Amino acid sequence: MALKKIILDEHETICHEGETVLEALLRDNVDIPFSCKQGACQSCMVRSLDVPPPAHAQKGLKDVLCKQNHFLACLCYPEQDMSITLGHQPEYFTEGTVIAKELLNPETVLLTIQCKDALDYYAGQFVNLKRADGLIRSYSISNSRRHAEKLSFHIRRLAGGKFSEWVHQELNVGDTISVSDPQGLCYYLPDKMEQSLLLIGTGSGLAPLAGIIHEALEHGHTGEIHLYHGSRDVDGLYWIDEMRELAEKYENFHYTPCVSRGDAPEGVAQGRANDVAMANIPDLKGWRVYLCGHPDMVNQAKRMAYLNGASLQDIYSDAFHVASPTLD
Amino acid sequence: MSEATPNQSLFEQIGGEAAVNAAVDIFYRKVLADHRINRFFDNVDMEQQAAKQKAFLTMAFGGPNNYTGADMRNAHARLVKMGLDDSHFDAVMEHLGGTLKELNVPDNLIEQVASIAESTRNDVLGR
Repeated sequence: MALKKIILDEHETICHEGETVLEALLRDNVDIPFSCKQGACQSCMVRSLDVPPPAHAQKGLKDVLCKQNHFLACLCYPEQDMSITLGHQPEYFTEGTVIAKELLNPETVLLTIQCKDALDYYAGQFVNLKRADGLIRSYSISNSRRHAEKLSFHIRRLAGGKFSEWVHQELNVGDTISVSDPQGLCYYLPDKMEQSLLLIGTGSGLAPLAGIIHEALEHGHTGEIHLYHGSRDVDGLYWIDEMRELAEKYENFHYTPCVSRGDAPEGVAQGRANDVAMANIPDLKGWRVYLCGHPDMVNQAKRMAYLNGASLQDIYSDAFHVASPTLD
Repeated sequence: MSEATPNQSLFEQIGGEAAVNAAVDIFYRKVLADHRINRFFDNVDMEQQAAKQKAFLTMAFGGPNNYTGADMRNAHARLVKMGLDDSHFDAVMEHLGGTLKELNVPDNLIEQVASIAESTRNDVLGR
């Protein structure tokens, strides 16, 4: 039983004894990205679609990637036949019905969608929402895993944003919309319960973070959980009361709303959320960090968190790139 | 770091992969915190960059590698256009030495690592 079959798309490659998946694919002239061939550069990362890959082939990969059966082809001596994929699989959509729509603040709606099929997602992941004419946008799930069929989203209206304008103005309770499989690697896994968590979000970046916080608290996460939610002004913030209530209920949850322009009212910090957070918590060694929202904030905060001692393995981020030109 | 014995390779004397992992963490932070050079890292994916640093340090530590000068040239061509020059290369060399000192690597081994790293200078700078 020395030969193992590797199935990639429609193509079948035989992997010989003592041969890595990468070597077998290259011998078979399969076009696969690779570079160092020693597990360092991670260029040849692929994903198993059926069996869990051998643990030695996941060396150095982030926990969320391991969980989704990603592995390095150059390190993998397969133990059984495997079906693998290089990139994204074709997306599967399920039908959803809008069951609630309410304003969170003047520019953001809370949209709740009941899905026909329960989705297997992790708190913090996103889905693609598809309008009947095929227009697609990605939105983070804002609830925890407890409601697998009822997903909620925070949809911020962007000036000139085709999809968000449509959601705000035309989409109504009772309408249907397609919902893709959950995606993304910025999510909560209930391990290392004593680890301190720092979550920084701007604007509707609160959505995935709220899901992660609820998930962590429901699992009985014992480490400190610090949330910094920022916007330009108080109007851009939302769920202030809800988060304050949560902070009163759970001793280990701490919430700091931040505004970057103008005077901050009492109970709100003045400054950009990432600056306020890093000033309050200068040493992040051993912390787990979640960053969601504006791409500039996410990139800056990621570097700062790393320089302040957080390990890259412990930094999870989701930068919200906007598809349409918008007013700032 | 491990005791040196006559038959050990440079890579083994420094401490192998564990030493590389410890070094990447210190080295990458030093590089990112250095205002002389950190602009070259502004638009890179940090995880991928850390992985590349690991491959580079493994090579500089005399470990297993698939180093080719052409790869090094291609990888840095964009940065050379942005003005990458000897002063920046020197800054990185400084951090490499500082990292190894922090890890208490003996001076004679640091010299060997530095000379391997130095051998990439012309490829990195596209000369």
